[in-house]
Amino acid sequence: MNLKDKKVTLHDMSLRDGMHAKRHQISLEQMVDVATGLDEAGMPLIEVTHGDGLGGASVNYGFPAHSDEAYLDAVIPKMKNAKVSALLLPGIGTVEHLRMAKDLGVNTIRVATHCTEADVSEQHIGLSAKLGMDTVGFLMMAHMATPEKILEQARLMESYGANCIYCTDSAGYMLPDEVSEKIGLLRAELNPKTDIGFHGHHNMGMAIANSLAAVDAGAVRIDGSVAGLGAGAGNTPLEVLVAVLERMGAKHGIDLYKIMDVAEDRVVPLMDQPIRVDRDALTLGYAGVYSSFLLFAQRAEAKYGIQARDILVELGRRGTVGGQEDMIEDLALTMAKEKGLV
Amino acid sequence: MSKKLKAAIIGPGNIGTDLLMKMQRSEWIEPVWMVGIDPESEGLKRAGEMGIKTTAEGVDGLLPHVLEDDIRVAFDATSAYVHAENSRKLNELGVVMVDLTPAAIGPFCVPPVNLADHAKNLEMNVNMVTCGGQATIPMVAAVSQVQAVEYGEIIATVSSRSVGPGTRKNIDEFTRTTAGAVEKVGGAQKGKAIIIINPAEPPLIMRDTVHCLVEGEPDQAAITESIHAMVKEVQKYVPGYRLVNGPVFDGKRVSMFMEVEGLGDFLPKYAGNLDIMTAAGLRTAEMFAEEAANGVITLPARN
Repeated sequence: MNLKDKKVTLHDMSLRDGMHAKRHQISLEQMVDVATGLDEAGMPLIEVTHGDGLGGASVNYGFPAHSDEAYLDAVIPKMKNAKVSALLLPGIGTVEHLRMAKDLGVNTIRVATHCTEADVSEQHIGLSAKLGMDTVGFLMMAHMATPEKILEQARLMESYGANCIYCTDSAGYMLPDEVSEKIGLLRAELNPKTDIGFHGHHNMGMAIANSLAAVDAGAVRIDGSVAGLGAGAGNTPLEVLVAVLERMGAKHGIDLYKIMDVAEDRVVPLMDQPIRVDRDALTLGYAGVYSSFLLFAQRAEAKYGIQARDILVELGRRGTVGGQEDMIEDLALTMAKEKGLV
Repeated sequence: MSKKLKAAIIGPGNIGTDLLMKMQRSEWIEPVWMVGIDPESEGLKRAGEMGIKTTAEGVDGLLPHVLEDDIRVAFDATSAYVHAENSRKLNELGVVMVDLTPAAIGPFCVPPVNLADHAKNLEMNVNMVTCGGQATIPMVAAVSQVQAVEYGEIIATVSSRSVGPGTRKNIDEFTRTTAGAVEKVGGAQKGKAIIIINPAEPPLIMRDTVHCLVEGEPDQAAITESIHAMVKEVQKYVPGYRLVNGPVFDGKRVSMFMEVEGLGDFLPKYAGNLDIMTAAGLRTAEMFAEEAANGVITLPARN
């Protein structure tokens, strides 16, 4: 694979996807500490919100330590060069949240839908583009649809005004060939001015390999997370990706030692548990299940005595999609009843 | 003279057709007119074949017949954009409007919670909230009738096939309207609504989760009893309304996990989200008819 001189824009997820792994309890100080470290290391784009995006604060997904407003307001003024992005899932967040983010100085809005339901994003993508923001359409759980379907949905988002489309491996299910095929088709068929991005999870140990495949196939934006802090087995660990891109001669603009130090000195110490491919995270990738279900399934196991792995496999079999966290306790109860445990 | 109130349905799409099929079984409401805007539409043809008068001239095509056919109630299954005009024109002629659009000009109506009040007050326009609202607000109300609810949150998960283009284009309207009604009708001090669209095949049956955070320790026995009683009330008009799990008590949290299976009239059974709207709309009109027949309310005078 030859990535020499290819330009890659990295996008850090530790303060948004990492919120899942932290049960949304990152403090304002910790957010600022990590974000300023990343800014210093040259990270161009940093995502900050509740793990489930703007408006994610809920019983269903967890109440965060602070509101989206408070996090954005703490981080944005401290950034010297880095821009801040915010995620928005239509059905959870609304255009009011989007306007609030814009007012606080958010540069990039990423509107996320399940990979077959892009038409719920028209309002949000349209407004974001109209406000002159960098506007990303984020097709989640992209392993659940064919490349042609992903393209059809990407075209919808493009038509609403998105200037960048992501193929998002929310379950960490994809293997490199699938990434190549999907990104390759998007690159070949979308407007040449539309950027393509890839967001990976490390549940099958493929996050770095998949990210490289994505770049090779035409993606220019790659999500990752410093120290991998993210849902499931985490996102593509950025310090590792930077080292690999460095060896391959790609242009990423990040100071390798500085990002290594942010990972080691600022992010690892705030982890509540090791972010690794444990049995349950591996099950997410293997069964194609939304990565943020991990801790919910483990809590259901503790409460109802049903193995998290069994719950996750059943959720995969039922075709659950991102945001269906409420299914986990419901299903655990049903399984516990069948076993006579409750 | 028949006790039945004569009705018009505006909008011959899936919702209007399903409503028509349910109405043909009603003891209180008699469908007379189906109103559309496209003479070639399948829905108008179907209604014609079912022996219903049709017009493709919109509500203006219905107006000259309102008095001679003694139309007393109209169901608007079109869109929020045209509802206000439809409602104004028909209210002027003394027709009670049941609004199935997100327009929400009139008060929210969730039958087992506040329909009786609306009927007694002869509200001339009632709004049926949203599918997620119909499925979950009875549960929030069941808890708040026992104990103060500081926060009520609902998550509606619906099959991709059952969500039409109108809802998709303006999904914020769902979250905003439903959250508002969780407060106003459900009785929560603060409401939150989430909608998830799932494309699995075969399509999943509508499911809903309701979380309430109550003030103080939940009175488990009283809340459980109230919830079971409320489920029975909803089952009177939506037999496939089921409490699958719960109530789960966890600190101040009370959670209910529901499933809503439709009757499968015109809409498939999995589309419980659409069925509960048509069933609730019809139930609403029936209550007005019953109260009129019992002399509790007097419908606008006609010669």
